[in-house]
Amino acid sequence: MSRDAILARMRRSLGVHPGDVTRRAEVADRLTRTPRGVVPARGQLAREELVRLFLDKTVAVQASCVRVASPAESKTAVLDYLRGANLPMRIRIGADRRLAALGLEADPLVEDGHGPSAGDDLACLSHAFGGVAESGTLMLHSGPDNPTTLNFLPDHHIVVVDADDIYGDYETLLDLVRETYGIGEMPRTVNFITGPSRSADIEQTLLLGAHGPRSLHVIVVG
Amino acid sequence: MHTTSPRFKTNAHEALDDAKLQRALGNVPKGFIAKRKKVADALPEFEALRDASRDIKSHTLKHLDLYLEAYEKKVIASGGHVHWAESAADARAIILDICRKANARTITKGKSMISEEIGLNDHLAANGIVPVETDLGEYIIQMRGEHPSHIIAPAIHVNKDEVEADFRRVHTHLDPARDLTEPTSLLAEARGELRAKFLAADVGLTGANFLVAETGTSVIVTNEGNGDLTQILPKTHIVLASLEKIVPTLNDLSQLLRVLARSATGQEMSVYTTLSTGPKRSGDPDGPENYHVVLLDNGRSSMLGSEFEEMLRCIRCGACMNHCPVYHAVGGHAYGWVYPGPMGSVLTPSLIGVDKAGHLPNASTFCGRCESVCPVRIPLPKLMRNWREREFERHLTPSVQRRGLSVWATLATRPRLYRLVTRLAARSLALLGRGKGRFRKLPLAGGWTDFRDFPAPEGETFHAAWAKREKAGREKTGRKETGPKGAGA
Repeated sequence: MSRDAILARMRRSLGVHPGDVTRRAEVADRLTRTPRGVVPARGQLAREELVRLFLDKTVAVQASCVRVASPAESKTAVLDYLRGANLPMRIRIGADRRLAALGLEADPLVEDGHGPSAGDDLACLSHAFGGVAESGTLMLHSGPDNPTTLNFLPDHHIVVVDADDIYGDYETLLDLVRETYGIGEMPRTVNFITGPSRSADIEQTLLLGAHGPRSLHVIVVG
Repeated sequence: MHTTSPRFKTNAHEALDDAKLQRALGNVPKGFIAKRKKVADALPEFEALRDASRDIKSHTLKHLDLYLEAYEKKVIASGGHVHWAESAADARAIILDICRKANARTITKGKSMISEEIGLNDHLAANGIVPVETDLGEYIIQMRGEHPSHIIAPAIHVNKDEVEADFRRVHTHLDPARDLTEPTSLLAEARGELRAKFLAADVGLTGANFLVAETGTSVIVTNEGNGDLTQILPKTHIVLASLEKIVPTLNDLSQLLRVLARSATGQEMSVYTTLSTGPKRSGDPDGPENYHVVLLDNGRSSMLGSEFEEMLRCIRCGACMNHCPVYHAVGGHAYGWVYPGPMGSVLTPSLIGVDKAGHLPNASTFCGRCESVCPVRIPLPKLMRNWREREFERHLTPSVQRRGLSVWATLATRPRLYRLVTRLAARSLALLGRGKGRFRKLPLAGGWTDFRDFPAPEGETFHAAWAKREKAGREKTGRKETGPKGAGA
């Protein structure tokens, strides 16, 4: 068995015994206690400053963003974006109830698609699990509410995030994932997204829109 | 992968004479260095995060067997499979087997240096499976039949006009009159070509920047989104990773993410940091149905506990090569194997043997920039020096060099003799070089004088000059402190 041979060789190299209880206790402790390391002070702010930092950082990574006061206004924000980008009034959405509540479906002007993307959508709409202010990062995860293909296949990705779900650092959001799914449990895919897709592989020139969305538009609610 | 590391010296000469390559290499120091500095300076906790990252990796390596066991358990619990590969050949066989069971005809690939290490593409192609590289840089070099020359910017040795020529050569179904002068049109063309391939692939293979023991999660960090399309669209997702990619927890991962992108591309975060755990869940509308992790050893377990253990902290950001004057001069291909630059100079002898890669740890000016920017503080110059010592102990250094070193050792351990010889040498060279103050040619110094003049010494050794200066200084201060009476004491 390769597995046992590799583990045995590692232990020989390290000069340790598989039955060493102290080492096992150390590892078990770290895995359950999950200690935090250095968390940048820049994200440790009161709510309002936190949201402002998030918006600034979002713009700094070439995403566009708008802040609206209520969920009702986010529908207008979505339509404004489509119009502004000269896109057809067509958008793909998952099963997220917060997005269904926007009433895009009932709007006769809007043609909406549901479920995962097959790669031919110009615009998709998702609701983020949360945002991280320190780097202008969105966090989304897989599931019927917000299928992962919507994050990567369209030309334009529009993401709604509640201002109350914006935190200073990755650690706090990951704690919430632990609370939601249980310690050591995860959804299939967790996406941290910081700006639209890009590449600098041709002569180190930064170009937007490599394989993922060419544009990322963030709507902060509240 | 085939290695040309034993002929590093020839490779380096050829690289220096290659005008196209030299033009492309001009892009290396231009962007990376300033961008990293700017973003590092903007985060007051950056140095503390480097310390924390070093400590996390060191702790993990000391307990690597146990974290791997914990990781494996979680992967299995989330419905995935873990395969352990001792060697490159084992890993190739495992992946081929998974592809065959999936009846795969094409396999899309996210960027993976481990895949280069095991020579996966050739093996798949030889067995009738088409590997498609999807990272733009990897796509370009696959088209050219080349290997990456940089671990995060694989096509950095290629110029834009060469990319245009390659696209015209390969994308023959497109309009030959199309305009490809702008880099954006090249990017758009690659995007269009690859989109269909993403959707048609049967298997997607990615590497992993990290594996998280707490949750059994594999993590990829990309800017293009190609790694994500590779792993969410096909039915089967294979993760190919080496053993040392493990970190204990998601919180540890957050620490390392804060130094990775900053050190690599000067971003605070790369665009896509994706955590994948097992296959898609029941009710998930997309994602792979099968999730396999192939864990590669290939010599790493023997590095644990050795003087090269610290190398296993490496998170493959590329900062060491971005800051290396040797890399800037010769590029990545000259190193002759998968990993170039300072990290390659330490890792390559560990993985393919110092007998083949002995030139690499010698390809350093020991300026120390690599260590000064390493996010996990690997003492790269020290580790290169360790290799030089091993190479010498094993009598792998050429005999001329060995004889030279033993002459040097005889002199250096006998101070009087050393002073006598250096004094004589300095004086006679000063005498000989009186006219021009430099030499065009000098016996035994062809390695220097073939490329530039050797300056003639001024007639005195450093020792002598220093002694004189010290004496003068003493006399001067002596007078000041004690007045005329103390002079000359």
